[in-house]
Amino acid sequence: MGLVPGVIKGLGVTLGEARKTVFPDGLTKPPNPIKGAVTVQYPREKEDPAPRARGVIALQEENCTACMLCARECPDWCIFIEAHKYLAPPRREGGKPRQRNQLDRFDIDYALCMYCGICVEVCPFEALFWSPEFEYSEPKIADLLHDKSRLGQWMETVPDFEDYEAGSEVKKKKVPR
Amino acid sequence: MTGSVLAIELAYWQETILRVLGLLAAVLLPAGAIVNLYLFKMMAFMQSRLGPWEAGPAGSLQLVAEVGKWLQKEDLFPAGSDRRVFAWAPIVVVASTFIMYAVVPFGPDAWFADLPTGIYFALAVSSVSVIGILMAGWASANKYSLMGGLRATGQLIAYELPLVLAVLGVVIQAGTLNMQGIIEAQRNGEIFGFGGIGNPYILTQFVGFALFMIAMQAELTQPPFDMPVAESELVAGYLTEYSGFRFLLFFIGEYATAGAFSAIAAVLFLGGWAVPGIAFDSNVMNVLGPIVMLVKMMLIVFLVMWFRFTYPRFREDQLQIFAWKILIPISLVNIAVTAVLKVAF
Repeated sequence: MGLVPGVIKGLGVTLGEARKTVFPDGLTKPPNPIKGAVTVQYPREKEDPAPRARGVIALQEENCTACMLCARECPDWCIFIEAHKYLAPPRREGGKPRQRNQLDRFDIDYALCMYCGICVEVCPFEALFWSPEFEYSEPKIADLLHDKSRLGQWMETVPDFEDYEAGSEVKKKKVPR
Repeated sequence: MTGSVLAIELAYWQETILRVLGLLAAVLLPAGAIVNLYLFKMMAFMQSRLGPWEAGPAGSLQLVAEVGKWLQKEDLFPAGSDRRVFAWAPIVVVASTFIMYAVVPFGPDAWFADLPTGIYFALAVSSVSVIGILMAGWASANKYSLMGGLRATGQLIAYELPLVLAVLGVVIQAGTLNMQGIIEAQRNGEIFGFGGIGNPYILTQFVGFALFMIAMQAELTQPPFDMPVAESELVAGYLTEYSGFRFLLFFIGEYATAGAFSAIAAVLFLGGWAVPGIAFDSNVMNVLGPIVMLVKMMLIVFLVMWFRFTYPRFREDQLQIFAWKILIPISLVNIAVTAVLKVAF
């Protein structure tokens, strides 16, 4: 007895789904499958990804000290970093000039990147962030090597950190923009 | 056929050309309609998708694009394949479909061949496709293809029996194997003395109809009976190595056979080209009949596709058990009951 009603119920489910797709406003209104379908017609309407979606890795260039932690932790070595040292003027009059790293090159090869997020996790200076941006495909695979200016542009799309649980003592981090 | 419709005397070769064109239309139009309406659109809607939407208005020309794509593809023969058998396999499958259509009547005079044993002929020819599928599986030199071919053969043979036995109930009730005769018997039939709508055998042979639909689903290797082409374990079964035009032939064969079986089901259970309660003269019915048949066919295919999009796949042993231990005994009881009632009334 348990089997047959389930079998018939399944038929009802598929037919009901088709009705909801073709007639989203009810059977008396004209059919409108574009409204009824749950899929997003991508080139015409843009998908709205979740705020914490792992779309692309953005770089806040000023925060990067070229410490190479991300490049060394990257499992498939898709991060390229080049930097040179320079002497910044001293903070106080008569002080010693400070040694700084100037970032020359910060490239991520998105043809290799597997979106594991280890570089974002490991960065001690809050220079790398996840952005939900996803429209950066290229006709040629070599063009997926994006440089630091392109990575910097994606910083604008990085969403704010979410609120911590109520009553948490930890200060909420801010995205440097 | 056409000669009597137009009331023009045609030479034999002219009539042959018309018959060939008519058969091509009868095979390809329902197959195209099935793929476009059901496989592309209804499947998409049942899964909350839009389906093809770019080619033509609302994606209605998608099939043209698909056929164009297939025709461009390379005709591949895998290394180690038996080339001649490999090449002929899709043709055998498609040929069996075409010959099935030959005995289906589309109107009082609109038929290709009016055999006295029409339904027997159609079911016999439909099992020829097993040979084509086994050829495809064997000649591909691929273990997935071979397993798929063997599974398909086992399944088609297993479900041939309930299919034929379900038809036997109708044949006993109609008292003829001729498909026109079965339509006539339904048109002039009576249900317990009430003859207002004739006697479509779906009402009196509903068990036979259910058996026929299930066995037909399995004969077409449509889900839930698609173990031979189970993609999770066999890639695509006997279709694995086919590409381009030969795959297209298999594809046409699959959906044209769905059309052919549903045409046979429409003749057996829904009264064929006849509209219940309406009696036009035969010239009108020769034009109206194909349309009525197409509508009834599409209704039956709707059921097949509806089951297809709803149910998950049977396991191989469940599939065989279902045929041999459930369907065949029920169909035997159905025949016995039909025979007793036929004699009693």
